[in-house]
Amino acid sequence: MPTYDYVPHAPGYVDNDGPKIVTSRFVHEDSHTLERYEATNGYEGLRRALDRTPADVHEEVRDAVVLGRGGAGFPAGVKWGFMPPGKFPYYLVVNGDESEPGTYKDRLLMERDPHQLIEGCLITCYALGLSQCFLYVRGEMPAAQENLAQALNEAYAKGYVGKNIMGTEFSVDITLTWGAGAYIVGEETALIESLEGNRGMPRLKPPFFPAAIGLYGQPTIVNNVETLSNLPWLLVNGFEQYKAHGSEASPGSRMVAVSGHVNRPGVYEIEQGVTTFRDLLYGDNFCRGIRNDNELKMFVPGGGSAPWFFPEQLDLPLEGRTVGAEGSMLGSGAIMVMDETTDAVKAALRLVRFYARESCGKCTPCREGTTWEERILQRILDGEGRPSDIDKLLDIADNISPGPYPVAADPSQGLDAVPFPPKQTTICPLGPSSVAPITSTIRRFRHEYEAKITKRDSIPVMAAPMSSDPVEVG
Amino acid sequence: MSYFTAENLETAHEIISRYPRKKSALIPLLHLAQEQEGWVTDNAMRQIAELADTTPAEVKGTGSFYEMFKFHPVGAYMINVCTNLACQLLGGEELLAHAEESLGIKAGGTTADGMFTIEDVECIAACTEAPCLQVNYRYKLRLTADDLDQLIDDIRNGRATDIPEHGTLGLVRQHIPAGAGAGIVAPEQATERPVWLARNDAAAEGREG
Repeated sequence: MPTYDYVPHAPGYVDNDGPKIVTSRFVHEDSHTLERYEATNGYEGLRRALDRTPADVHEEVRDAVVLGRGGAGFPAGVKWGFMPPGKFPYYLVVNGDESEPGTYKDRLLMERDPHQLIEGCLITCYALGLSQCFLYVRGEMPAAQENLAQALNEAYAKGYVGKNIMGTEFSVDITLTWGAGAYIVGEETALIESLEGNRGMPRLKPPFFPAAIGLYGQPTIVNNVETLSNLPWLLVNGFEQYKAHGSEASPGSRMVAVSGHVNRPGVYEIEQGVTTFRDLLYGDNFCRGIRNDNELKMFVPGGGSAPWFFPEQLDLPLEGRTVGAEGSMLGSGAIMVMDETTDAVKAALRLVRFYARESCGKCTPCREGTTWEERILQRILDGEGRPSDIDKLLDIADNISPGPYPVAADPSQGLDAVPFPPKQTTICPLGPSSVAPITSTIRRFRHEYEAKITKRDSIPVMAAPMSSDPVEVG
Repeated sequence: MSYFTAENLETAHEIISRYPRKKSALIPLLHLAQEQEGWVTDNAMRQIAELADTTPAEVKGTGSFYEMFKFHPVGAYMINVCTNLACQLLGGEELLAHAEESLGIKAGGTTADGMFTIEDVECIAACTEAPCLQVNYRYKLRLTADDLDQLIDDIRNGRATDIPEHGTLGLVRQHIPAGAGAGIVAPEQATERPVWLARNDAAAEGREG
């Protein structure tokens, strides 16, 4: 067993000398209490916001370029500007339905620093004139639910939330609500459906995004927990200080969870756009290398939905734009590391199975396609695979996500990267996400698939295969 | 006909009051029902429909989308073993197989005494602490097969006092004291511009003047 030195009351979090924009209080055992929060500059950001005009606060967030930390990486200040003027009420929905494979940072932020999130919500509501905030926490996270409920109760009692906040005319209610186990509800329009008491199926868009037509048909801002948790620090320290962290295109810090075959897996707060994957996987300050000094085979750079990276991509910084151009995404900041002992087909199957289980069933290519993908991968793994199966997988993938799928460069085969994002025949990105493990592994480890094929194609293959290579019919 | 206890009925009304529309309370009310009996009964859905001003079919329609709601009795202790990639890489599937062997049931099944249900679940957001599982959604991290047997033994012998029976999630509930809230109303009744936005006008006039 490798040794771990995490903070006992925040299992997973590794306290190193990195930036401390959102995790500054994690070292304190009582970080979730109002007492600790007030003693460590708590609600100071809100106080400063209330001394300025709402438009001015919005400007500050826009100037800081706070990129969304939920997956898409869209700047929060810009998203905030999309609401049609005058169509009140406006709502804020906080996406705490963290369930992307490999991801956990929002859970720690909700459990360990709930007041910071609440303060971030209040700053947003003040800046945009939002009438009510809904804090949607994943159902499977009772500790986060408890700490947030406790924090809200304390904040209401102290006049930080509710009527006439801090003695001003600013009034807003925050409603804590729980999910009930559905990955797709992390998609913002599905989250809104769920909040309206419906099945969590995404809505068709464009043209109408939630900022125009959202909860109850009203303009709605949906922001991720980590995104909002940045705001109190930002309001206290200003956008120039904020931009002193990270890179020019991706300012600030970012929480990442590194799991899998590394010596010190953990949740780290890093300099966004500066720290590279190599720093993260091998650095002394971070994961300290691959277990047993094994070779790195591949890694998922941004949650289960991200196309995979290989040793050639290690020197890329964790920066959204760069990673996108190189064929993947930073997504939710989840890095899953696989060493040389990993079976590529088995690993791909496990993620594909996830998407097959979690497909909401609204769009046919995803509902049917993910299940077919799973069954074919399973039969290859079970030694029941046929030669046409590999191209069949790519063909099904092409039905969900047409055209060249984002993938990392492979210098050994002279193949260039295909930039992110993929095209899609579905309403939301869940279906296309199921394609990532398949294309990533087939392009790189086709021989591993072929080695598992034991059956012959007993009937001629009727469908034209996607690749131009002839398919052997045996 | 009535399903909720008097205390839970009061909680139900309080939950509903926190939403601009009653139907938004469906999921929280289903959780409350599941907390009361460990699963969601038909009677519970009938009363939820009444409370939320909708139909039992709508309640079932919404509820059945969500994995956490059980429409049949399950074990008092639900053991959810994560086998998603991060856990799979470090023995999640082996841990699940061990749980199945120790309890003599397969994932999805419930022991004859109604004590345990095992589920093979997707990522539970503790990936660096793999392999991990949740018992009634309470985390158990970096578990070995022996740890798991010990845990099962503790539960059987009433030593796992930190884990409430299935259905109970957060033990602390939100409560907005009377008079402290800003006022939660239906969207039709909140079409006025929030008063504090007037601060923008003054600033804009200042700039113009």
